[in-house]
Amino acid sequence: YIHIINKADMAASKGLKILVGCKRVIDYAVKVRVKPDRSGVVTEGVKHSMNPFDEIAVEEAVRMKEKKLAGEAVAISVGPPQSQETLRTALAMGIDRAIHVEIPLAQLEKLQPIHVSKLLAKVCESEKPDLVILGKQAIDDDCNQTGQMLAALLDWPQATFASKIEPSQDSKQLRVTREVDGGLETIDVSVPAVVTSDLRLNEPRYATLPNIMKAKKKPLAKMSPDQLGVDLQPRQEVISVEDPPVRKAGAKVESVEDLVGKLREKGLVK
Amino acid sequence: MQFIRPVLHSQVCTSARPSARQFLQKLGKSCSFSLNSSSTRLYSTEFFPINDELYGLTDEQKQLRQTIFQFCQKELAPKAQQIDAENDFKDIKKFWRQCGELGLLGVTAPTEYGGLGASYLDHAIVMEEMSRACAAVALSYGAHSNLCVNQIVRHGTDEQKSRYLPKLISGEWIGALAMSEPNAGSDVVSMTMRADKQSDGSYVLNGSKFWITNGPDADVIVVYAKTKPEAGAHGITTFLVERDSPGFSCSRKLDKLGMRGSNTGELVFDGVRVPADRVMGRLDGGVYVLMSGLDIERLLLSAGPLGIMQAACDTAFQYAHIRKAFGQSIGQFQLLQGKMADMYCRLTSGRCYVYSVARALAQGSRQPMDCAGVILKCAEDATQSALDAIQILGGNGYINEYPAGRLLRDAKLYEIGAGTSEVRRLVIGRAINNIYKS
Repeated sequence: YIHIINKADMAASKGLKILVGCKRVIDYAVKVRVKPDRSGVVTEGVKHSMNPFDEIAVEEAVRMKEKKLAGEAVAISVGPPQSQETLRTALAMGIDRAIHVEIPLAQLEKLQPIHVSKLLAKVCESEKPDLVILGKQAIDDDCNQTGQMLAALLDWPQATFASKIEPSQDSKQLRVTREVDGGLETIDVSVPAVVTSDLRLNEPRYATLPNIMKAKKKPLAKMSPDQLGVDLQPRQEVISVEDPPVRKAGAKVESVEDLVGKLREKGLVK
Repeated sequence: MQFIRPVLHSQVCTSARPSARQFLQKLGKSCSFSLNSSSTRLYSTEFFPINDELYGLTDEQKQLRQTIFQFCQKELAPKAQQIDAENDFKDIKKFWRQCGELGLLGVTAPTEYGGLGASYLDHAIVMEEMSRACAAVALSYGAHSNLCVNQIVRHGTDEQKSRYLPKLISGEWIGALAMSEPNAGSDVVSMTMRADKQSDGSYVLNGSKFWITNGPDADVIVVYAKTKPEAGAHGITTFLVERDSPGFSCSRKLDKLGMRGSNTGELVFDGVRVPADRVMGRLDGGVYVLMSGLDIERLLLSAGPLGIMQAACDTAFQYAHIRKAFGQSIGQFQLLQGKMADMYCRLTSGRCYVYSVARALAQGSRQPMDCAGVILKCAEDATQSALDAIQILGGNGYINEYPAGRLLRDAKLYEIGAGTSEVRRLVIGRAINNIYKS
């Protein structure tokens, strides 16, 4: 069932309204440490930054604005008070305004994509974007679920792992090129839709000092999960978090016969 | 259960860290099945964190540092070793354009010419992070953006600013400043380059300049020459000279100990004609332009050794915690703890001094004593920290695969250029004498 909203040609309209998701995650360059009680990883005092796939999503929204495909780009982040810094980075890249759904620290660790997608769905009800762009996955949990869940909750079409977004031939839909195992798949989706960004969608820009300073004046609204009426009860329980076992040394083989012999020994080959 | 796999480098990463993009690529090629690919994630603390809370930076300045850090680590740091080895920064034009797009080439220039209209402190932050990635290119950057661009901003006529600033700030042109001569370094006001007035009001320049940063590449040069040699220091005038002026040439690029990649040259002026409207500031009043420029130059360049000290900490501290000897990481031995503590204190106190002087300068308070003091302190500390970094890396510090040696060679320049340590001490000592003059 494809949900089509009868919109005039995209070229003629005022442009799409885009909602971009940004998550604050531990910076990719940080050495992550598991907590001694094995309940999670150490996040206190650790450098955090915007999820790299979300930077790509923000960049795409800003580019669509520059190409006049989009009229307004709004960034949203679900997270602790510090998520505001992440939103400010998005604003400095060219986003018009930001929304912060603040999660109390106690509930933060147990937050799952199911909760985030419900929160985003609620915001979509009031904001009514034409397009939601999320990073395909976050580099802390690697879930790759929020975008898909959001589309399902809203009953909107989804185009995940996008490496290109452009207007369709007839300008009434979006043509999205997706990166899949078999190669590239091109689909047309009607708006409103959810798209998740993959690595090759674009290369994010650096925030310039003038834009960093302009970002300070852009609106940043705060909301709470209670206001949105979403229950944050965890559905999963993390039993333990551990370092992976230290990689053992391998064995070098001299010939193909050797290799086959060793594979037989391990019962991997009959 | 969530599995997180810290994978340590089997040897210390000597080149810059992979950018976020490379990191994502390692997460899983072009495939959407990245669920399994966190196994190739790289984790390492390759950078010693900077606690910006200590320095009273505004939120914008903290963000500025982040941006410049990311930009320089991605675009510059991976090339630093090669630039040093080849004594050439082949991509300088492209890098200048990128800097131009970010407004970095005119941080203190007015916005009407494409500049950022920002403060000396903002400029220092940019200089520091660039120097951290590659000190040589940062030196060229400092010469362009402060010695050349900022002098034109301060002393140029509106016509001169309109003619030169836009292209210097966009990155289309490279700028330089020439005061020193083969026989006039510390005693720069004894320069012998002549600027003889012609009947049509123009000037003809004859002489040569030496140790000129960006000399081989510059399109526009701020040149000091004697219009009235008999008046000594008060016979110097500042000129704006363009590269394609007949009689102007760069006779050679110097082969230096360090800062290799920051092209330094000998400039020859053989009957170079400069029109009258290319005189900058008052005729015969060049010494004021020169000396006040030197103060600001010293402040801005002091962010150079700051970046080197930070790079020394980045390299050495990480190494000390990965390298093992006698059953533990060497960073846990007291003698190395002491070295790291000293490096940390030099870096942090240097930063406090630089930022304080930058703030004061931005508010209009220029004290030669502190401008000289800040670069005197930071330069000597950077040399010492680079030596410590080499020592911490031990045998590996002595190999050019590792950056520590380059840090030392680059750091040493800052004890010499923009006034030697000796001259700086004189400036401060005399300023103190002045306070007690009866």
